[in-house]
This record gives sequence, C-alpha cells and structure tokens, in this order.
Amino acid sequence: MDTKPEFKPGNYLYAAKASALETVGLPNPRDWNPTDDDWKLPADWKGVVREGIAQRLERFRTFKLFMDICVRCGACADKCHFFIGSGDPKNMPVLRAELIRSIYRGEFKTAGKILGRLAGGRKLTEEVIKEWFYYFFQCTECRRCSVFCPYGIDTAEITIIAREIINLLGCNIDWIASPVANCFMTGNHLGLKPHTFKENAEYLLDDIEEYVGVKIEPSFNRKGAEILFVTPSGDIFAEPGIFTFMGYLMLFEHIGLDYTWSTYASEGGNFGFFTSHEMMKRLNAKMYAEAERLGVKWILGGECGHMWRVVHQYMNTLNGPPDFLDQPVNPITGTRFDNAASTKMVHISEFTADLIKNNKLKLDPSQNDHYTVTFHDSCNTSRGMGLLEEPRYIINNVCNNFVDMAPQTIRENTFCCGSGSGLNAGEYLEMRLRGGLPRANAVKRVAEDKGVNMLSCVCAIDRAVFPALMDYWVPGTDVCGVTELVANALVMEGQGEREYNLRGEENPSYVPPPESEGEAEGEAGEEGEE
Amino acid sequence: MIGFLFSVVAVLVLVGIALVGVGGLGLKVLFGVIIPYAAVLTFFAGLVYRVVDWGRSPVPFRIPTTCGQEKSLPWIKTNKVDNPCSGGMVLLRMAFEVLTFRSLFRNMKLDYRQGPTIRYSSEKFLWLFAMMFHWAFLVVIIRHARFFTEPIAQWLQGIEHLDGFLEFNLATFGIGLPTIQMSGLILLGGVTLLLVRRIVVPSVRYISLASDWFPLFLITFIALTGILARYVIRVDVVKIKELAMGLATFHPVVPDGISVWFYVHFFLVCVLFAYFPFSKLMHLGGVFLSPTRNLVNNSRAVLHVNPWSYPVKTHAYHEYEDDFREQMIEAGLPVEKTLEEAAAEKAPAAPAPAEADTEVTEEKED
Amino acid sequence: MKLKTLLAKHKSAIVKQWINSIVETYPSETAKFLKSKKDQFSNPVGHTIMAETNNLFEQVMEGIDREKVTPFLDRLIRVRAIQDFTPSQALSFVFSLKYVIRRVVGSEIDTEALDQELVDLEASIDYMALVAFDVFMGCREQLYDLKVKEIHSNAYSLLRRAKILVEQPGEEPENA
Repeated sequence: MDTKPEFKPGNYLYAAKASALETVGLPNPRDWNPTDDDWKLPADWKGVVREGIAQRLERFRTFKLFMDICVRCGACADKCHFFIGSGDPKNMPVLRAELIRSIYRGEFKTAGKILGRLAGGRKLTEEVIKEWFYYFFQCTECRRCSVFCPYGIDTAEITIIAREIINLLGCNIDWIASPVANCFMTGNHLGLKPHTFKENAEYLLDDIEEYVGVKIEPSFNRKGAEILFVTPSGDIFAEPGIFTFMGYLMLFEHIGLDYTWSTYASEGGNFGFFTSHEMMKRLNAKMYAEAERLGVKWILGGECGHMWRVVHQYMNTLNGPPDFLDQPVNPITGTRFDNAASTKMVHISEFTADLIKNNKLKLDPSQNDHYTVTFHDSCNTSRGMGLLEEPRYIINNVCNNFVDMAPQTIRENTFCCGSGSGLNAGEYLEMRLRGGLPRANAVKRVAEDKGVNMLSCVCAIDRAVFPALMDYWVPGTDVCGVTELVANALVMEGQGEREYNLRGEENPSYVPPPESEGEAEGEAGEEGEE
Repeated sequence: MIGFLFSVVAVLVLVGIALVGVGGLGLKVLFGVIIPYAAVLTFFAGLVYRVVDWGRSPVPFRIPTTCGQEKSLPWIKTNKVDNPCSGGMVLLRMAFEVLTFRSLFRNMKLDYRQGPTIRYSSEKFLWLFAMMFHWAFLVVIIRHARFFTEPIAQWLQGIEHLDGFLEFNLATFGIGLPTIQMSGLILLGGVTLLLVRRIVVPSVRYISLASDWFPLFLITFIALTGILARYVIRVDVVKIKELAMGLATFHPVVPDGISVWFYVHFFLVCVLFAYFPFSKLMHLGGVFLSPTRNLVNNSRAVLHVNPWSYPVKTHAYHEYEDDFREQMIEAGLPVEKTLEEAAAEKAPAAPAPAEADTEVTEEKED
Repeated sequence: MKLKTLLAKHKSAIVKQWINSIVETYPSETAKFLKSKKDQFSNPVGHTIMAETNNLFEQVMEGIDREKVTPFLDRLIRVRAIQDFTPSQALSFVFSLKYVIRRVVGSEIDTEALDQELVDLEASIDYMALVAFDVFMGCREQLYDLKVKEIHSNAYSLLRRAKILVEQPGEEPENA
C-alpha cells in the first residue's frame, strides 16, 4: 500500500479542463495537471470525500457490501488485464478495492480508527486521492474479476463509485470530461453539430454509392418513423468504425426499414457512465426524449460495449419507463422482442440474427472469404448483458472462416481491450498496450495457428483502439465491426460490381463476371491506403 | 507480516487467558456460562444488525454479472444458471454459488494449459481447500448439536455414523480411540491448507491483513484443542453434555472435573462467535445479498425502480434546436420552430453560444 | 569450441539464472508473479521472458546473426518497451547474460584456460546488444507512429473532408 504512484508520460491521463466541467456544472473546475504537487483540491476536500463515501454507502448496497465481505482469497488477483500486462500489484482487483476499503475502515470503522494499519485502515490524505486517480483510471470496469469472485464483488462497481467520489473534487480526466461536455451540448461525444453529423453521414453514403453502386437516402430527425436508430458517434467519424456505420446503412436499406437517425440523440455511448451515475442519467435522457419527440415505436441500438451496459442494465431505471413506446417487433420478420419488453430497445446483433434466422437477408458469405475472422467479446455485452451467441451466429452466416480464441479468453472470460471506460486516450497508449496484452496474446495465438487476419467486435471503442493494439502486438490483423462483415456479404438490390469493399480496398474475394468493364471504379483505389 | 505475528500472538494470548482463567483462577462460571451466553448473544444480535444494515442500503440498479448467454431470441439457448432469467434460476445460481462455490470452481474448469500435461493449479486448490474447510466446518457444528439435544435425533446420529466410518478400521487395529470423526480432521486439514496457501502464494500473502490471519489461526486452534480434548485428553463427555444442556435449557450448571483444555476450546469458540459479526466472516451472510449474483438478468424486460432517483438537469431538445436552428435549417434538417417563430418567441434573449464545442465543429465553419 | 561445450552442458542453469536476473528488474511482487505461472494466457509477460531467453541463448551459442536473432529480441523487448523502464533498464538484460555466464562457468573457464573464447563470446553478446538497441528504438518509434495513426483514424472523416489526410495531422479534435 505504501509505494506511491509515479506519474510518468504514458502512464497517466491528462486532467479534465475547467471549461468542460463548467459546461455540465461539475464541482471545482480548474486547470491542473496530475504531475503537479498541488492538485488544487477544494478547501474542505476531506469533508467532501467523507460525505461522498457516507452517502454512497447508504445508496448502494453493492458498495456497502463490497467494502465489508472481501476475504482476500486472491481468486481475482491474476484476472485483471492490467495486472497481467503490467505486473503492478495494485492492479490486482482486490488491492484496487483495498485502496478505498482501507479509507472506509480508517475513517468509518471503529476498529480501523483505533488500530489503524493493523485493522487494515488508513487515513485520508492527498496522496490517497492521487493514488485513487492513478488506479481508478487504470481500471476499465470490465468485470472480469467479478466472474471469479465467490461473492460476486465487482471492481467495476467500486471503480464507478470511486470515480464518482473524486469527481466531487473535480478530479476527472480530459478524455472523459470533454466528451461528456460535448455530448451534453451537441448530443455526441465528438461535439459534431447537427449539420456536421448529417454531412458526415452523406460522405459515407457517397462511398457506398461508389463502392457498392447503391444510392441510399436515409432520414434524419424524421417524425413518424417506426424506429429510431442510435449508435456511438465514433462510428460516423473514426476508422474503421465508419465501415460499420456504412454497414448499418446498407443493412437497413436492404430490408427497407422505416427508421431515422437523430442528430440530437446522436450518441449511443455514454461517457457520463465513467463520471457518475447522475451524469450517466443526464446524458442518457436524450434517447427516450428524442424517441418520444419523433414519435417512433421503439429504439434500435448499434454496436457498442458500454452503451449496451447502460442501455441494458441502467436506462429503464434511469429514465424510464418509456410508456410512449411500443414493445419492439421486428417489422420484417414479425418477431416480438420479449427480452426488451420494458426498455424497448433492441441490440443490432439481436435484430440481425433474427433477420438471418428468418431468411430475410440475401447473403453471399464468399465475399468475406479472404478473411479468417475471430470475435472479441466486449466486456460490457458479455458480462453485463450476456450477448454471446448472436454475434457468432451472424458471423458464421456471413463468413466462411470463423474461429474462436482460447476458451478462457472469450465469452464471460473475455479479456478487455485495455482501453475501456474512457481510457482510450492517445497519451495513455503505453498503458493501454500493457492492458491489451492479454487480449492481443490470445489473438496472436489464433493468428499464428489458424491464420486469423480479422478481429471482429461489437464495440466502437474496440474498433478505435484495436488497430494500434494489433499493429503493435499482432501485426497483420485488421479490425472490423460485425455489421461491416454483414454488409460485405449483403447482396444489395441493384448493386454494381463489388470489386472494392467498403474500405475502398480491392476485394480479393471478388469474382468478375465473364464480361466486365469496371468504368466507375477507376479512382476508387486511392482511398485504400490505410 | 505484522498482521501475521499479531494474529499468532493474539490467539496464543486467548489460549493463555482461558488457561489462567480456568486453570489458575478457577473462573469456571465466567468461562462456562457468562462468556458463552454473551458470545452467543453478540453473535446473533451482531448478525442480525449487519444483515439489516446491509439491507437498509437499496439496490438502485439491476446489475447482475452475467456469465453466460442471455435470454433473447427463442431459438438461442439461454445459459439459465449463469445468466438467470427468472427468480427460480437465481435460486439455482445462488445454490450453486453457496453450496458448491461455483465461481471458485470456474477457475479450475477454465484453467486451460498448453501441451498435453494436465497440471493442477493454485486456483483449483483454492476451491478444494475452501470446500473441505467449509463443509467440514458445517458437519462439525452439526455434530456438536449432540451436546445440546436430548435425546439425540436420529438424523444427527446418521451424520455421526457417516462421519465416523473409520471407526471400524481402527478398531480392527485394536486402537482404543473414540470414533474418529473425519470432519474434525478435514476441518483441521482444510484450515491448515488455506493457511499454508496464504503464506506460500506471494500475491495472496501480499494482500493479507491481520483480519485474514486471525480467523485462520483462531479456527486452527479451535480444531486443535477440540481434537486434543477428544482424542488425547479424552475429556469427560458426560459432564460436558451436562454443562451444555444446562446452557441450552437456561439452567446453567458447572460440573466439576472438566479438563481445562475443554475450557480453552470452548473459550476460543466463544471468541469466534463474538468476533464473527464484526469481521470478514460475515461473507456468510453477505454472499446471499450480493447484487451481482442474486438478481435476475431481465433489466430490459422488467422495470427496476431506483428508490432514491431524483430529477437531473438535461439539455433538452428545444435548447439544442435553439443553439443550432439556423445550421439545421440550412442543412435541410427538420426543425420544430422556424427562425421567425423562434425569434418572435424570445425577442429579448439571444441564445448563449455553446461552450463545449470542440475544434471539430469550429473547424468545420471555416 | 570447448567453451561452447561447457555452455551447452550448463545451459539450463545459465538460462535459469538469466531469467531470474531479468525478472528481478521488475518490482518484487511483480517478479514473483512472473515466475509463478507458465501459462501463456494467464501470464504472457512471464511466458515471453521464459521462451525468448531460451531462444536467445541458443542464438548466442550459434553466433549472433542479425536476421535470426531479431525476432527473438523483438518479442522480449516489445514487452519491455512499453513498461516502466528507461531504455538502459529495458536493455540491461542483454549484458546481464555476461555476468551470469561468468558466475556459472567462470571457474571452469579459468581452469580450462578458455579466456580467449570467452572474449569472443562476449563480443558476440555485445553485438546482440547493438541489435537490441535497434529493436528497442524500432518499438518506440512504432509507438509514436501508432499515436499519429490513431489520431488520423479517430479523425478520419474530418481529415478527409479537410483534404489533409495525406499531409500533416495538424490540429486534430481531441476526442473520440
């Protein structure tokens, strides 16, 4: 417990800017840096922390229970990807929790107050706050430890609450606070204004027209659509997420779905979840509000990990029940989604799996033949939801070559990408490469043994961070969303020659018809330099 | 290591207290009646207090840790135990957790190794030791009910019979010991192995606190003194039963001629009872309350209410449209109010520029 | 030649001590963890150290060939390049092989008068160290490269629209 964390470039995250905190009214906005000696904490910061802990002990049975019942059996110790990749003992989940548990004992428990260290208690000092900042922003809230804990102690829950407490002192990171402020004002993490959001989508529509030969005209903020579609904004902006975004557009066009995009609820993700329960609620409110305003029947959600943790486990409680919506029914197949009866939001993988099962998609899986695909289960959808079979069912129907990674690294045992819960910042790359090592290691194994060259996933953060992780640890492995694979295999009505894939790369699985000119594709190759 | 030493010393001091208290000072009533009553009272009052105290904190969100396939489409097989979709399945999940330590067992099952050799791992040992320890402890406690009941129930005798099946074997060797009860030995074995594991595995040693060592030593000494009393000193069981029945019927008697080692054993048990509610041993009660295990994963199907939910400040659509109306109209996005309508509505105040806009949006406007 | 026979005889002892010297560059609790589990998935760092030291030692015995030794060095250094080490700390393991060899077979080298062979061997370890510098720098440079690439990818649409994709990244948006 005594070694102090050393803030060195690459192992800490930049501090939240004052302006971002001000936008959403978070306490103690100021400009500071974790390497500073003085963190400019509020005058009565100790009182704030004590009060914060006390209030949360009253509000969360999880927190109270998890503070008390750990027996330190060590079952969780080697389950954390950051511990495995860095070897730092305080990354053992049990010790991460002890960082706050020791303060709970030292400040709230008689034995801890009297006996101090002997009873595992510590006093609250500024060093403790620095340590919390360092280690609670070094936990990706992936819940892997919780699977192995005999009492289900969930370090994610402890991290969520610890972050909530240090947020009371204004200690957040820029990579979380800025997206939160952006999302609050513009509806998405990137701060894309409504027209920018639309124009971005139009660029991708042009690409689809160019590579697939199909012109798609989706609607935005349209009242009276049957379904509102919400997905993380990273997918409309970042590579390779945009190819998944193009996949959505093609899929919905293919089945003739009556749906609309919203520029106001243009963010599926929720970095508020990484700030506090209250901030999660504030940002999440847009989805139901927009669904009500537009008068849609239900909401369909895109591929994203933490978005689905929030949607599945929190949204209805936070901002529901949405009585103005109907129970989701797939308009193409007639399937009623009983599992979403109350929240009224369906996962795109559930939706797509249902379409495929009912033979509603015209698919040519051979278009993905040049890929040998493996699937990364996102932490949130596997351990906070249980979405395991649907993506695999889809992949197996749109690809001919699919292999799973080793069993202790997938499904409920999946290893985190190392960058979840708002840690996917550029300045944190070294730490992320450490945290991502166990996952990369499992990919490397199937890449070497089974020739895997494509890592698919259902998470926008995964798509944003895996390319770097793969380049460093498993060069030659690409990253894609499951819906991109679906789109590759979709046989669109009136499509042109599929000589290029959505990435603008020549499609090795393309078999030219006997007579082909290929006029329009002449300049397409230029784009494919990634 | 301070915690380790402290715990050893603490348990030895406790043994000393009982030895001096009964053997030297003859405080049999104190150790035979008063302390036991106080300990049992503390145990039950403490247990109830802790559980009620935990129960007072609500479960605001439905957040089970799902360890298998969710219930979604009818043709996809749900993993009902690890991702329970009904109350009954939660009971099953909890039963597996509490009775078979499923989460610890998971470690073993998934301990996948390279190469053809199958190796035992420390995780597997943890599950095994924990099972040995807890189940043996349960049997030992049940077995001790014979001291407090008259006549001794049939099922209790059945358990004893099973527990003591070594009796026959030993009798053939002509060793005149009382029936060997396996549970006591397994308990001692289990607790010793857990102790050794805590000492030997570096990461576990590193995380251990005094409150981890102390119960292990305490239980080790309880088992040791119990075995010592039964097999070596051969305490007068009839008199102990007299004492126990007295306590159980609230007519305490303190018969003479009971070995001091019985009192040591008894005192340590009392300490364990009194210590229990204030220690990590409360995981006994806590495991049933753990929201990541005891909730149904039906958050999307059934509304879960947060009792302390409060309204929050959001950025409503009309504020958003006020911020961007002109650009939305230009881009052909539908709006609720035209520019004129909006201007007419609030002539005096101009909308404040959005503070949070990033360079992304700024740059676009250039 | 005789030295090589000697080394081959003591290979397991040398590799073991070499592994220990590498593992000891980590904080003590980490070191124990790295040594404790051989499973590739549970403990990729420890697994890499164990596998690659063995390979590298064989390379030293054969005589260092840049092409052949690079992949082994790469796997080991790639891990150390992103951990909390300064460059000198990250690469010190190459030189520690010299001390390990002297410690294990030093007396026999003296009695058998193999000094000249030892000098040659050490020169070859020095050469391996030079290759290690290249590998380390390669990893660090890739790291910076990845940062730039990630910024590019995260702002892909913006860059493309601003028509600056193939030029300098310039002023990127901070958030993804």
